[in-house]
Amino acid sequence: MAKTLFEKIWDKHIVKKIEGGPSVLYIDKHLIHEVTSPQAFAGIEKRGLQIFRPKQIVATADHNVPTLNQHLPIKEKLSRQQVDTLIKNCTNHHIELFGLGHPYQGIVHVIGPELGITQPGMTIVCGDSHTSTHGAFGAIAFGIGTSEVEMVFATQCLLQSKPKQMRININGSLKKGVLAKDIVLYILSKISASGATGYAVEYAGDTIRNLSMEGRMTVCNMSIEMGARCGLIAPDETTFKYIHGRAFAPNGEGWIKALQYWKTLYSDDNVVFDKEINIDAADISPMITYGTNPGMGIGVNENVPTANAMAESDRASFVKAMDYMGIAPGAAIKGQKVDYVFIGSCTNSRIEDLRLVSDFVKGKHKAPQVEVWIVPGSKQVEQQAIEEGIDKIFEEAGFQLRQPGCSACLGMNEDKIPAGKYCISTSNRNFEGRQGAGARTLLASPLSAAAAAITGYVTDVSKMLQ
Amino acid sequence: MSKNKINIIHSTFVPLNIENVDTDQIIPARFLKGTTRDGFGKNLFRDWRYENDDDSKPKKDFVLNQSEYKGQILVAGKNFGCGSSREHAAWAIHDAGFTAVVSSFFADIFKNNALNNGVLPVTVSEAFLKQIFEQANNAILTINLPDQTITIDATGEKESFEINNYKKECLLNGYDDIDYLLSIMNDIEIFESA
Repeated sequence: MAKTLFEKIWDKHIVKKIEGGPSVLYIDKHLIHEVTSPQAFAGIEKRGLQIFRPKQIVATADHNVPTLNQHLPIKEKLSRQQVDTLIKNCTNHHIELFGLGHPYQGIVHVIGPELGITQPGMTIVCGDSHTSTHGAFGAIAFGIGTSEVEMVFATQCLLQSKPKQMRININGSLKKGVLAKDIVLYILSKISASGATGYAVEYAGDTIRNLSMEGRMTVCNMSIEMGARCGLIAPDETTFKYIHGRAFAPNGEGWIKALQYWKTLYSDDNVVFDKEINIDAADISPMITYGTNPGMGIGVNENVPTANAMAESDRASFVKAMDYMGIAPGAAIKGQKVDYVFIGSCTNSRIEDLRLVSDFVKGKHKAPQVEVWIVPGSKQVEQQAIEEGIDKIFEEAGFQLRQPGCSACLGMNEDKIPAGKYCISTSNRNFEGRQGAGARTLLASPLSAAAAAITGYVTDVSKMLQ
Repeated sequence: MSKNKINIIHSTFVPLNIENVDTDQIIPARFLKGTTRDGFGKNLFRDWRYENDDDSKPKKDFVLNQSEYKGQILVAGKNFGCGSSREHAAWAIHDAGFTAVVSSFFADIFKNNALNNGVLPVTVSEAFLKQIFEQANNAILTINLPDQTITIDATGEKESFEINNYKKECLLNGYDDIDYLLSIMNDIEIFESA
């Protein structure tokens, strides 16, 4: 029977199916971090259980860590306690931890792929919704709650119902200045922040094929913002080349065997999806969000919609969002002033993102009133940026290169945007208060964010490219 | 480990007529620093409840600050619980005394987290949701889990809701998924060696 990519991986991981209920899904890799794991460790300890497969777990500290002076003890007491609890739990339960100070430390969804831990055909979970990122390698990867973290600790399995199947095909050439981030913000603007709830989404088409692994990760990362259980892209030569030689990638005979399997991972030609969407890449412009969910996005040259253009049921939310954002319905978004620029997060903090930004800002300087934070996704990205001299370019541009962590994406550490201020951000969520109580977030690509850093307002980056 | 059991919930409700309520609103990230499951209820909807993050300045127009609204049932607009996977959102709702959330649409991860914490997500039609929001503030809803129905007591309007048999049994009996998974460890080890 013809199968989708998702179904091929899913079927291979079903331990058993409960009559009239969910399936028992086996999990290959479990990534953990300090915020959503402590209660799960406490849970198994309370039950008197051991971690069933500690070697299939990798831990890092990312959500709560400072991005300056990481060599010093964490100042904030509760954050320090949480990070210390992770260290203690990993030591007690024999789990590999890439914590602060480790050369592999970084955002969990950046280090998994970067270290070759993330591989095609795997089932991967983490107590973080952006686990969908790893689907870029042709894996089933999704975020789970802490009770589920505890289940995987205890049994390496989860109870899951099979999601419906959606494919989004994107074909054609991207316009100048349009990046992977714009693709996914465009999809979100079309299908809304709940448009893929209940589905696993496969991204296909030649535009996706032509993306780098970094670009594919950006697209899959935001699958959760459409409500999707996960996002996937069939692995190909780009995928294999990316994985080859990484620290935890298979090698020798193992590599040959793995490759053989990975090459079978694609949706069969005659398979039928529950839903299929086609997008012409030429229709996508540099995107920016104006509201308080990631589906509220427009092309940078468009005007913010008005309440009248909304379905009646959406009007109250729209008015509430505009009020929070302090943006006038119907106004142009271009020219909106920005106070902060945040380039980072599991969506856009990889070396490719930093290279793009540094190429663009070389010889330019930020607008005087704007504060610019560049937060690399991992120690390895930070190191690479320094080796390539990217740090110097940022310094000359007045951009501050910080140390790795989730940072101002969710403002759990001290990297918060003050109330009422506008931040153009390469992260994934523009929810009320996400970047700090009262903060106003405009989501965009790293290039669009860099352009705003230079001009001080929302700018069409394509006009600034030669 | 047994959780609280749910059977029939007969209660007034708290109406939160807002769509796309994300888990950052339910519990902002800065309150996720706890290492236990307790005490999250006091920060439920923190930034919608208080001015400038100040407990002594409740916002009068927010439902949780209005004494006429109380009960075990939270009723909210569509796409409730979207965003972050933080289970703290379900803990906060449970800790604040809710045992059911009613909406026309739930985000996936939140739904699982709620079910795993003895909070029943009840999905109703848009039309039924609208009827609930139109009720007086002391109106009573009856959620009958064995029958899988929700009724507006005053009008007798009733709708059935979906839940899979496995999860229904878990909630009725206070079982959790780990109890079940531990009972099939043998199957899991056989799967691993295959």
